[in-house]
Amino acid sequence: MATIMTVDDTASMRQMISFTLNSAGYDVVQAGDGVEALALARQSTLDLVITDINMPNMDGIALVKMLRALPDYRFTPILMLTTESQDSKRQAGKNAGATGWIVKPFNPDQLIHIVRKVLD
Amino acid sequence: MTIDLRQFHQTFFEESLEGLAVMERELLNMAGSAATVPPSPPGAESLNTMFRVVHSIKGGSGVFGFNNIATFAHALESLLDDLRAARRVLDPEIVTLLLQCMDGLRTLVADARSGDSGGAEQAARLQQRLERYMGGIPGRVQAPAPVEAAERRWKIVFRPGPDLFRSGNDPLRIVREISEMGRLDVQAETAALPCWDQFDPEQCYLGWTLMLNGSVDRERIAEVFSWVMDDSNVAISPQTTAIVPPDAVPVTSGPAADGPMTSIRVATQKIDALINSVGELLITQSMLAQITRDFSTDSLPLLFSGLSQLERNARDLQEGVMRVRMVSLSFIFNRLPRVIHDVGGKLGKKVELRISGEQNELDKTVIERISDPVLHLVRNCLDHGIEGPAERMAAGKPETGVITVEASQKGGSIVIEIRDDGRGLPYERIRATGIARGLLGEGDMSSESELAELIFAPGFSTAEDVSDLSGRGVGMDIVRRNIASLGGTIDVASRPGQGTCFKACLPLTLAIIDGLSVRVGPQVYLIPLVNIVESVQLEAAQIRHPAGHGDLVSLRGEYLPLIRLQELLGAPAGASERQLMVVVEADGRKAGLCVDDLLDQQQVVLKSLDTHYRRPDGVLAATVLGDGKVALVLDPSSLVRLANIPASNRAGSFAGPSQTGSGKEVPCLPH
Repeated sequence: MATIMTVDDTASMRQMISFTLNSAGYDVVQAGDGVEALALARQSTLDLVITDINMPNMDGIALVKMLRALPDYRFTPILMLTTESQDSKRQAGKNAGATGWIVKPFNPDQLIHIVRKVLD
Repeated sequence: MTIDLRQFHQTFFEESLEGLAVMERELLNMAGSAATVPPSPPGAESLNTMFRVVHSIKGGSGVFGFNNIATFAHALESLLDDLRAARRVLDPEIVTLLLQCMDGLRTLVADARSGDSGGAEQAARLQQRLERYMGGIPGRVQAPAPVEAAERRWKIVFRPGPDLFRSGNDPLRIVREISEMGRLDVQAETAALPCWDQFDPEQCYLGWTLMLNGSVDRERIAEVFSWVMDDSNVAISPQTTAIVPPDAVPVTSGPAADGPMTSIRVATQKIDALINSVGELLITQSMLAQITRDFSTDSLPLLFSGLSQLERNARDLQEGVMRVRMVSLSFIFNRLPRVIHDVGGKLGKKVELRISGEQNELDKTVIERISDPVLHLVRNCLDHGIEGPAERMAAGKPETGVITVEASQKGGSIVIEIRDDGRGLPYERIRATGIARGLLGEGDMSSESELAELIFAPGFSTAEDVSDLSGRGVGMDIVRRNIASLGGTIDVASRPGQGTCFKACLPLTLAIIDGLSVRVGPQVYLIPLVNIVESVQLEAAQIRHPAGHGDLVSLRGEYLPLIRLQELLGAPAGASERQLMVVVEADGRKAGLCVDDLLDQQQVVLKSLDTHYRRPDGVLAATVLGDGKVALVLDPSSLVRLANIPASNRAGSFAGPSQTGSGKEVPCLPH
């Protein structure tokens, strides 16, 4: 079963995402910022990373860059949570190596739809 | 799949409010509140933090369906973004606007939590102001309503960029998604494939032409390619047109409003510690079970050691559970900079706030109930204590006043000190007011500390005191009553021209205390252990009977007021030979309590008398002893206070059980 990491500094968002993905049958690990996420990624095997952009300590874009530099995560799908007003961030994320994005606000069905899209 | 998003609302509300508190602190730090130190250069990190908070609230409210919060947060976010990008400068006007917006946002979150809509109008006005200020904000792009297109034939040419795989994308997934939209014919273009020795397995060399028959519009198809659009070639062109009736769009109902709920956020370590304790408890239990299964007199020592282990486990568990209820004082202290900023600004006073000890933890109930008194005291310091800049300069003090709020742990209690370096209490005016109110006699000669005590008298306020700042319906008497109802005390010390210091002493926790059980006549009473200094045997020679004063007892050269619990509590006389005295200390004063016997040291669970009876002076609460009997827990701080009142005035001030019934009766409590 695929393992997904959700990275977000807001607990409600993390809870909602992991509950939704758990209900869809995925294993989920949570991280509160980029630093935590990177540490978790190093010690576990993840099939998908969903990360927020604005976070303390290490933001989403820096996280994408760091993950892509790890041999295990060169081709792993990494999705960013963005809002419609963040075109420049989206571009920066793409340049850093993100696979795609999920536009906030989204509902659980949309989330699962997108996750199914990137996990075979 | 349907997922009820309401289960996440509580977390969302809490972290939004917490975020707003952080934001306020950052803003006030950054602005270096107008009334205090000169403004510091705006910190980029502070702005980022503030932006992040609003951004998170916006994102969360959108996901959880609070659209009014989302729109408001969006407007606020735009302003913060401008500040962050240095398109605007953080001037006092913006600081005020931001503070108002935070209040507005807080109200909206509170409304969403309680299901009210009281703050909506205010928020709408604020939002208009924000938008006017910004000169129009690019609106939130609403997701277009899904419109089902008629069945059409599309030709899609897709030539991925060579680095497509490196972003974690895969053309196969894209083709698969397109195939779900209708009938699909796929043709691969292999022309770009190099010969084997130049082949890089991590590069994408292929392209495809997709022919799709389906009731989708261009946007739906383009959306599938949106992640790869920038570095790939994608061309979508319509081929023919056909008409198919649109599918029904499923309708989901909006979330219902949740009722208010009180909850507590607990650090994971605390919970882990609890689980650990429970584990230990289970081990002890199985050990005891083992011992009792094949029990003989030889296993008695084992049984005893098991029981003492059980006791230790129970205590650990109890401490762990109590710790769960502990909240840090920063919950209150974090609100102070804002108070200083607002009130100081309004009064035109320059004030520096120094805070320390905010990491100390107190029971959640205590924190909630002392929050207003502490805020009131700080407002008081600002309003009455600290002088205006001109007056300070004239008195040879630095222009900026200092208010210090300090918390520290002393034994079983937390001491919160609120100090200012202002003008001090106006003793003569207090005396005049006291005489005018009939609280003091003409030609009164009360000492300064007695006068200071007067500010806690109900309804006491000097004429100049009534201002719109401190006159918020919370008088000093209410402050003292609130603190006393928690088993705490508050005192004031002041020196004219040098400042005033309020010192509040609060118990760490309310529910369980360590106590010493004593016997007075046939009754058992408990004395909180934290207040006990020592217990001594009393000789008749030690007791003095000065005129106009209660009995005093001389102990190593020190005279302590002696309280005969028997008389005070109306307990029937005991027949005990020896007299024992327990010396208690509270609020820095000591008194001796005369008891018949010292019984045991034990932990007791306090059961409030207020709920079922009332709170008599001298009694803190009731408790249930190990044998199921009810006993009263004595309140040393009010006993000490009683002991220091001359006996002639004491009559009537003690409203213990002695006046409500015979001494044998103890207020009824449900077991």
